[in-house]
Amino acid sequence: MAGPVLEMRSIVKTFPGVKALSDVTLTVRQGEVHAICGENGAGKSTLMKVLSGVHPHGTYEGDILFEGETCEFKDIRASEQRGIVIIHQELALVPFLSIAENIFLGNEHASGGFINWNETLKHATKLLRRVGLTDHPETRIADIGVGKQQLVEIAKALSKKVKLLILDEPTAALNDEDSGKLLDLILELKNQGITSIIISHKLNEIRRVADSVTIIRDGKSIETLDVKSKETTEDRIISGMVGRDLDHRFPERTVYEGELEAAPALEIRNWTVHHPIDQQRKVVDDVSINVRRGEIVGIAGLMGAGRTELAMSVFGRSYGRHAGGTVLKDGKEIRTRTVAEAVEHGIAYVTEDRKHYGLNLIDNINRNISLTALDKVAKRGVVDEHEERKVSERFRKSMNIKAPTVFETVGRLSGGNQQKVVLSKWIFAGPEVLILDEPTRGIDVGAKYEIYTVIDQLAAEGKAVVFISSELPELLGMCDRIYTMAAGRLTGEVPRAEATQEVLMRQMTKDKEVTR
Amino acid sequence: MSTDVTDKVPASAPPGKSGGSAAGGNLLQLILGGLRRNMRQYGMLIALGLIVVLFQVWTGGDLLLPRNVSNLVLQNSYILILAIGMMLVIIAGHIDLSVGSLTAFVGAFAAVLTVQHGVAWPVALVLCLLVGALAGSVQGFLIAYLGIPSFIVTLAGMLLFRGLTEIFLQGQTLGPFPNGLQKLGNGFLPEVGPNTNYHNLTLLLGFVLLAFVVYQEVRDRKREQEFSLDVLPRNAFLLKLVAIAAAVLAVTMLLASYQGAPIILIVLGVLVVGYGYVMRNAVFGRHIYAIGGNLPAAKLSGVKDKKVTFLVFLNMGVLAALAGLVVAARLNAASPKAGLNFELEAIASSFIGGASMSGGVGTVLGAIIGGLVLGVLNNGMNLLSVGTDWQQVIKGLALLAAVGFDVWNKRKSGS
Repeated sequence: MAGPVLEMRSIVKTFPGVKALSDVTLTVRQGEVHAICGENGAGKSTLMKVLSGVHPHGTYEGDILFEGETCEFKDIRASEQRGIVIIHQELALVPFLSIAENIFLGNEHASGGFINWNETLKHATKLLRRVGLTDHPETRIADIGVGKQQLVEIAKALSKKVKLLILDEPTAALNDEDSGKLLDLILELKNQGITSIIISHKLNEIRRVADSVTIIRDGKSIETLDVKSKETTEDRIISGMVGRDLDHRFPERTVYEGELEAAPALEIRNWTVHHPIDQQRKVVDDVSINVRRGEIVGIAGLMGAGRTELAMSVFGRSYGRHAGGTVLKDGKEIRTRTVAEAVEHGIAYVTEDRKHYGLNLIDNINRNISLTALDKVAKRGVVDEHEERKVSERFRKSMNIKAPTVFETVGRLSGGNQQKVVLSKWIFAGPEVLILDEPTRGIDVGAKYEIYTVIDQLAAEGKAVVFISSELPELLGMCDRIYTMAAGRLTGEVPRAEATQEVLMRQMTKDKEVTR
Repeated sequence: MSTDVTDKVPASAPPGKSGGSAAGGNLLQLILGGLRRNMRQYGMLIALGLIVVLFQVWTGGDLLLPRNVSNLVLQNSYILILAIGMMLVIIAGHIDLSVGSLTAFVGAFAAVLTVQHGVAWPVALVLCLLVGALAGSVQGFLIAYLGIPSFIVTLAGMLLFRGLTEIFLQGQTLGPFPNGLQKLGNGFLPEVGPNTNYHNLTLLLGFVLLAFVVYQEVRDRKREQEFSLDVLPRNAFLLKLVAIAAAVLAVTMLLASYQGAPIILIVLGVLVVGYGYVMRNAVFGRHIYAIGGNLPAAKLSGVKDKKVTFLVFLNMGVLAALAGLVVAARLNAASPKAGLNFELEAIASSFIGGASMSGGVGTVLGAIIGGLVLGVLNNGMNLLSVGTDWQQVIKGLALLAAVGFDVWNKRKSGS
């Protein structure tokens, strides 16, 4: 095996009041794919920012050796000149510029300040071919999908003569097909001699592409495992990440003791929604589902299946153009034309995108929790701050939100704690039906378990829960029934006893081309 | 001192000893620690204090002469009124460029009513406020319900109202106003009771205000303690109370030793307390912060964002009308050029006072402090006979410095 291309020794990085990295050592061999995993907030992204010069030399302690030389990067440009390129989780592309313009942004083929378009397009085409794209380099970034955008980012990295490519959760926003392509590309680049570091939550991906994996926990590097070795099972990696053996990833379901009503708590009949701009396209096509009190009903589907669109359009017509269908609550038809009406009827929708649709990140925990149901702590339009604080303190304790006080700014919390704030906010609204859209996306294993426990409790209290998720194991672990959707249509309904990943996946991929 | 042990000492300060003698050094550190943590709130207040002290020295004590303090209030009242409304607009994530023209328009309308048509001034006052509400609601409707950007709508409004003002006045200046209306701009509280060399009613109001503020502070502290939150240790809290009391008393005495409190100061005081309360405690105020902080999230939380935006602009219209009346009353005439650049002064006040370009942040008190910073600069430089050319340069630099400081301070605290 080749020697190390990169060594990071005893890296310590402190932010005011927080020690993000307390002692991390990372050794990456020449030509390998090296995975880094760890819970959210473990320090993975910070470590990569130290490596790429986002946190310049002098703001951290420890040494970085790249190709045997000590490196003291003062900014990203410095690290890129050495051939270290990082691709962040949030893509850094300009939507209204072309693919070619994006690839060479800041690095233009120009003479005397004027761009040489011939050169640019020729070089861009060559790079696109290397990452397996056939799109014209003058296509606008906004007109290609997220999967292709990710590949453009890699092409951009290649244009910088990358030797060490760092990918921060590259498949988080991609569907399975695009993820597969991306992972293949990483292996292909490996054959061309490019070393990669990949940060990922998805253990199956790590097993597929990585040669070794370094586990980081609480700002410390715990261990580096050889992925190809037999002992390195998924459970082995998980136990390294959480620092304990994970016997059960899901809580035991508590049974709802209440009586079963004749009518379901929420029933959606023949719901059809058109795309907000392309109004010919049906995003949700004649979908009927129902959920009873005390029941957790899952909705499985791949990207573009229309799950979020279904939920959001039911919840106050927040997405697309409604083109038919009714909502029934306890057997009676209700109006949910605005969010306020939906909330009034006891429906809550917990968004998949907490940062954009769930929270006011610049405000504190206290005010975020109370926002939806301010009237509950207000008299004649005036908020009783005393009462409000009591409520939010209660949630901080019961939901185990890790913050010193409820006056902590929500934007400073970790993903898991932010999710707990969003959940608190909607539980405080006192709904009877909760639609949870990817409630555990991007949060760490420990926090996931806590969220599952909360969901179980809600059902046990007699709430009806709709659970939308892309992670099949979590649907299998939590739900009583699972609906499957594909390309806007309902393609199946599977009771818990019959549900397996294979059954669900078959139905999730059914009918996909018929609806076009 | 023994109660200090139960108070949580802020982390940045060394643990407080319950022994009495150590209080001096600890107290200073506590105050410095508190300042560091609340830079945003206190920074501008301290800047205002420094500016006052500087100009007091440079003008040889003229700045804080009773007559000048009184003038300062009268000169700046309308900008402060506009700044309150503007703060709400900016917190909601919008901007309003039309308020300067609207003040002129309402002044002209008032003049046409009272001077040309002899309408009784209380009736005229109500009609003017209604006109402001109408103007604000039309703009609010276009912005909230039709989704036209506020910058465009109010830019159009700025041109439109200015033009209408000139059409109304036919390019002339109209006046004088009836006595009752003049008082709004220039009047003082009436004198009552025995001759004490001071203005009795002003003194009384000052004392009432002082009692109210102290009561509030004490109550807030008690409530915080119930949640065992970090509160200022008792001696620091007492110092804060003394500082507040000194400031209130100083202003009261200053005003009371001249002609008493200007009527507009009372109006302004009511507005500040009222709007401050609404922004902090009313559901409506919370919703303004919510839509400014994250509009999609607010929508999905059931906040009626359109209605809130509409009301914010309606409110701005009413306050602009009030400011228009005050300006006209103070000049005792309606002029086509009244209210020129007022919108910019109001916007500058809000940003100096801690508003953010992207919305969701700011307080009514901040807008007032920002407005006073500009006001004291204006007044002080006038006293020093600095030309308007240099005044503008210096005000521009003050705005840049204030916002620059805020940005720098935020970056330093790592957020």
